[in-house]
Amino acid sequence: MATKVHMEALSPTMEEGRLVKWNKHEGDAVKSGDTLAEVETDKAVMELVARSDGQLLKVLVPEGTTVPVGNIVAWIGKPGEKVDGAGSTEQGAAASKPAPTAPAPAPKAAAPAPASPPTPPAPAAAPADATRVKASPLAKRIAKEVGVDLKLVQGSGPGGRVIKRDVEGGAAQARAVAAPAPSSVLRAPSGVPYEDVPLTQIRKTIAKRLAASIGPIPHFFLTTEIDMERAAEAREALNKQLGEEGGKISFNDIIIKAVALALVQYRACNAWFQEDHIRYWNEVHVGMAVAIEDGLITPVIRNADLKSLREIGAESRELAGRARSRRLKPEEYTGATFSVSNLGMFDIDQFTAVINPPEAGIVAIGSIVAKAVPDGDRVVVRRRLRVTMSCDHRVIDGATGAAYLKTLKQMLENPLAMLL
Amino acid sequence: MLRPYTTQRSEPFVANQFDVIVLGGGPAGYVCAIRCAQLGLSTAVVEQDKLGGVCVNIGCIPTKALLHSAYIANLLKESKDFGVEAGDVKTDYGVAMKRSRRVSDQNSKGVEFLMKKNKITVVKGSGVLQPGKKVKVGSDVYEAKKAVVIATGSRVKGIPQIGLEINKTTVISSDEALLMEKIPATLAIVGAGAVGMEFADIFNAFGVKVTVIEALPRILPLEDAEASDTLSKSYRKRGIEVIAGAKVTKATVAKDKVTLDMEAGGEKKQVVAGAVLMAAGRAVNIENIGLKECGIQLTERGFIKVDKNLQTSTAGYYAIGDVAGPPMLAHKGSREGVVVAELVAGQKPHPIKYDNVPSVTYCHPEVASIGLTEDQCKEKKLDYVAGKFPFSANGRARGTGETEGFVKILRDKKYGEILGAHIVGAHASEMIHELAVARENEYTVEEVELAIHAHPTMSEATAQAALDSLGRVIDT
Repeated sequence: MATKVHMEALSPTMEEGRLVKWNKHEGDAVKSGDTLAEVETDKAVMELVARSDGQLLKVLVPEGTTVPVGNIVAWIGKPGEKVDGAGSTEQGAAASKPAPTAPAPAPKAAAPAPASPPTPPAPAAAPADATRVKASPLAKRIAKEVGVDLKLVQGSGPGGRVIKRDVEGGAAQARAVAAPAPSSVLRAPSGVPYEDVPLTQIRKTIAKRLAASIGPIPHFFLTTEIDMERAAEAREALNKQLGEEGGKISFNDIIIKAVALALVQYRACNAWFQEDHIRYWNEVHVGMAVAIEDGLITPVIRNADLKSLREIGAESRELAGRARSRRLKPEEYTGATFSVSNLGMFDIDQFTAVINPPEAGIVAIGSIVAKAVPDGDRVVVRRRLRVTMSCDHRVIDGATGAAYLKTLKQMLENPLAMLL
Repeated sequence: MLRPYTTQRSEPFVANQFDVIVLGGGPAGYVCAIRCAQLGLSTAVVEQDKLGGVCVNIGCIPTKALLHSAYIANLLKESKDFGVEAGDVKTDYGVAMKRSRRVSDQNSKGVEFLMKKNKITVVKGSGVLQPGKKVKVGSDVYEAKKAVVIATGSRVKGIPQIGLEINKTTVISSDEALLMEKIPATLAIVGAGAVGMEFADIFNAFGVKVTVIEALPRILPLEDAEASDTLSKSYRKRGIEVIAGAKVTKATVAKDKVTLDMEAGGEKKQVVAGAVLMAAGRAVNIENIGLKECGIQLTERGFIKVDKNLQTSTAGYYAIGDVAGPPMLAHKGSREGVVVAELVAGQKPHPIKYDNVPSVTYCHPEVASIGLTEDQCKEKKLDYVAGKFPFSANGRARGTGETEGFVKILRDKKYGEILGAHIVGAHASEMIHELAVARENEYTVEEVELAIHAHPTMSEATAQAALDSLGRVIDT
């Protein structure tokens, strides 16, 4: 009997996916674990893999189409087997109500599919119970080695147990595919005044989340100017000492460390606004906005308050690198308790950042610039940094935010204070 | 309001109609039939001979009975060393053979009982397939509503090309060997697979001068090379002549002896024996059962062609057991029977792991294995570590005087996967299942080692071999 291929939830927040490219075509032989198609999720381009052997009998969704999770995108079965174009028969198809998958006519620049309410995801595709993962010892070892989250893997062993071949397939899934490079500034030779580009999944997510933030969240902003002279001296001294060992400390590393340590003192700012309660975190996980081609993502430095500058430096470089190549795992970009957005490298003096909910605050870091500042009755040149904190007023009040920012300022102005 | 009472049948009852008809009552067929019955399918088994097939009647079961006789004979010959004097030990193959027949009959009756218990109709006779899921037996035609399952098995074969056609007197097969009252003084066995090796063991214990001839470079060619070597030594020590890598070029069959001319290692050799036992492969029973008429295709090697659901090229016809392809083992056929029954009943059984079928030769010492051999690991260029533990270092084995052999585990270096396991030893056939369970559940060598093994047991050698593969063996 032919089996359906569903759009799977390839990331925990994924509600729909855009079918970028079919790697297999109708009539191709497929084996369980083969990559059928590349699917762009809200976070990355992932591989949709076959869950059964046979022939790709029918492709229901043309490339470029956006499909809600749980919908049928193709059929796999025996050569010559008849399949239902809309996929309405099959015993035990259970919850995944076949969505009206009349293949949408998809011209080159297809308009994004209307944001229809997502159909209930197929039970198989939904992340399994997060508390306990049934997996064979061998599958666990392989998953650990290749970095597959067993919670997101659909097991094919007895009772849904994750076995070797599932993580081998999962490993393939984790290998995100580099997105096609969008054209940067381009004077089109044909003289076309504009180009319509459908919203990518990540753009859609950014739009949805940030609109959801600036709209309902009562933001207020606090700006202060921090003297970075001593931090700069400390950094130079540390880097000199590190010498050839490599792994230089950046200003960003120092700022992340200071942000984290200040949060330890101001738990009121290290919190999540949840509909009917506020969750104050006892751990400090700092999200670090990283610009990537076509968007941004915030990998998380976990327990940043407990990590050394070198550890933070190494980890942030590594996470940023993988963020740019879209190889972050879901657990690496979720769960921050507070965030830092740094546009200093773009010569921005000062800006305001949009809070990444449910977090209650974010600090926006500008450039460190040499400025003439009064020192008693003289004028001296000092390296200065302007920092703006965005606060969710439902969680952080003006005075609380100001007190936090003052502590952050003190720590950066006197890096030794971080040792206290 | 009461409705008038009527007897209603959803379908009219037809005498010769069943949900499933199984052709062949061997270990694949009868197990398939029982599983069908358990799942509520009306089932018939067509069998021309005794229920239980080759396995129960002229294969697995009677040979195990004879091998035990051989074991006792060998044990008694050495019992003086254990402080038990058995006097003048005499053997009588005829008596041992009759006992083995009783064992077979018990088992065959057991299958008959199981058929009754599960309300399975047994049709005696040779079945011939017909299109439309029908089976003709004699003049009766039976019809299957859901599926016909072909489980006709295999039979012994000779090598007529070199003059070794089975004549049942001087050129015999296991069929005759299992029913002999009197045994020849000398016996040549052509083929050193499981069957050849087991009969060599049996006849040697009963005083026959045995020569085993194998065409491939070593005996038990499918087993790990170390297993072959260990067995070769053990057999030679007992006075069995083992000639491997030998090509029989000519056979001269006389009334009371057979002369075999062969080339082995570039030399010409001649073996003369009172009889030759052909143990070089089996032929599948695919003739005259109507395969062609039903459009059922064969593979290049002559097995019935099946898909991954064991369905043949004609829908509604399935093949299981020996006819469906190697390995030709009863336990593989039984599992296929269960899987087909469940598929026909609309269930979704777990696919058979053909790479996890244990293989056992019940000679002394026994040889049991699962997964890849060391040579196969090398061919596949796998990064592996071999862990090995000899029974000579095992306390229990020393106590029983069964120190021949070893446990060998091939561990994938990176993840600890058990790539293969090989046991040569007195109870290898029983011990291999620990590793079969481990592999089925994808346990790594660590889990095998972590499970506490009782002391003193032969099975401790398994844990030690696992440890050895990790470089932490305790007892050697």
